[in-house]
Amino acid sequence: MQLPHAANAHATADHLAREAYGRLLAYLAARWRDVAAAEDALSEAFAAALESWPRNGVPNKPEAWLLTVARRKLSDAARGEAVRERHDVLARLLEDAEDVVQSDTPMGDERLRLMLVCAHPAIDASVRPALMLQLVLGVEVKQMSSAFLLSTEALTKRLVRAKAKIKLTGMRFEEPDEADLEPRLHAVLESVYAAYFIGREGATVGEDAHDQLRSEAVYLARVIATALPANSEVLGFLSLLLFCESRRAAQVNASGEYVPLLEQDAAVWDHSLMRSAYELLSEAAALRTPGPYQLEAAIQGAHCYRAHSGEVPWREIAELYEQLVQRDATVGALVGHAVARAYASGDALLGVQLLREMDPELTRTYQPYWAAMGHLLGLARDYQNARRCLERAIELTCQPQVKRYLQRVIRTIQ
Amino acid sequence: MEYMIMFNQPAAELERTPDDAESAGYWESWRAYMSDVYAAGIVRAGNALQPPYSATTVRVRDGKRQVQDGPFAETKEMIGGYLIINVPSLDDALEWAARAPSSVTGSTEIRPVVSRG
Repeated sequence: MQLPHAANAHATADHLAREAYGRLLAYLAARWRDVAAAEDALSEAFAAALESWPRNGVPNKPEAWLLTVARRKLSDAARGEAVRERHDVLARLLEDAEDVVQSDTPMGDERLRLMLVCAHPAIDASVRPALMLQLVLGVEVKQMSSAFLLSTEALTKRLVRAKAKIKLTGMRFEEPDEADLEPRLHAVLESVYAAYFIGREGATVGEDAHDQLRSEAVYLARVIATALPANSEVLGFLSLLLFCESRRAAQVNASGEYVPLLEQDAAVWDHSLMRSAYELLSEAAALRTPGPYQLEAAIQGAHCYRAHSGEVPWREIAELYEQLVQRDATVGALVGHAVARAYASGDALLGVQLLREMDPELTRTYQPYWAAMGHLLGLARDYQNARRCLERAIELTCQPQVKRYLQRVIRTIQ
Repeated sequence: MEYMIMFNQPAAELERTPDDAESAGYWESWRAYMSDVYAAGIVRAGNALQPPYSATTVRVRDGKRQVQDGPFAETKEMIGGYLIINVPSLDDALEWAARAPSSVTGSTEIRPVVSRG
């Protein structure tokens, strides 16, 4: 027999686990200054909820209930410590939990602050994306380790070390100073970007876990945009991810093979996501502080015009890339710029020329460079060199679907 | 919180003597830095160290003592001194470490001190 409250209780706990986990953790970690201990206390509180709610019904203020239980767990854990400071914090936690119960206003959202701690320069940049996914969304290590090309044990170890460093070095959970905020926020966006594109790379491999990671990264971007609705780059960043998301279904065809952007069926793109992305981008533009993420979003948005007009607006895209490389000449932007200029002018060799002017140190192991070079040389009918570049691109590709795609391209130019 | 900040300096700097005219600027930069740190009232302890050639390293292996002349590893940068400071957070410690002359010519390492009690 199903207990009367059981189904409702499980649904509430699941919903809270996604929506409130990060909120509660950010709140506890900021006050306790020990992320790992806060995580333990909170997961015990969730376990207690699954035990109690089906029997006794979901409490009126589930977040306050969880907070009270987590506080008790922290109090148990701190018993040995006997540090006065700890007891002051515990007393404040109790007051706060009572405030949440008595007032109608929901708990403040401190998740961005937690992300800013994760992006502290003293934390190794390569562990930041996984750290944010784990702390803010409760993503399990085994769900993400393969995307980060690490074993579950290795990723666990790195995360444990990062959390220990946050605790031992006494990192501040307060908002960074004005001067530090911009670079820290940039580091946060970079980490979310890495989480998204690791998820995307993996997605064509066809594993659910990678697909999942991508959605989690978008969720993080939404949390940041909600916390900073007047930051044009944050809005541009979310817009960029949504444009990429809108094309997710078209990246793989019915037989599971990779389809590059220019060959995708625009009818398969998700038009409601595209609309949200356009709206965000125009909100960002209205703030009149342009930046690289807004430009990248605008480029992806321009590619989406094809869904309406049937044609890629290459002149606009080349113009946007021009602005992007003037601001931030990353290797990816330079490659995109060369391809766009080639298409806009109808002169493939112009693109080849721009690619050849790039620093060989940067391009030697950059797969998109060799794929673009091979593609443009093919258009210019220099088949021999095109083949050589495409073979180099294949060597640098990890995903089997993309390898197979490039092999098909080589066959068509022979 | 207490942090140890360690000044890692290029070997040549550690050979400088106080009365050498060429080194006047060098000593002045340290003097200015130290007077600022002490004036901030955050210093718990600290010392400059004699140059690395004065170091002796000891290891005990299979119960036998092995004594060796010099620091345990020959590196381009060696510790020239340290401070123990008490500041609220890592960011504050980083702020002080970045101002040390060794951060420009070598590097400065920050480690939290294990608290007792």
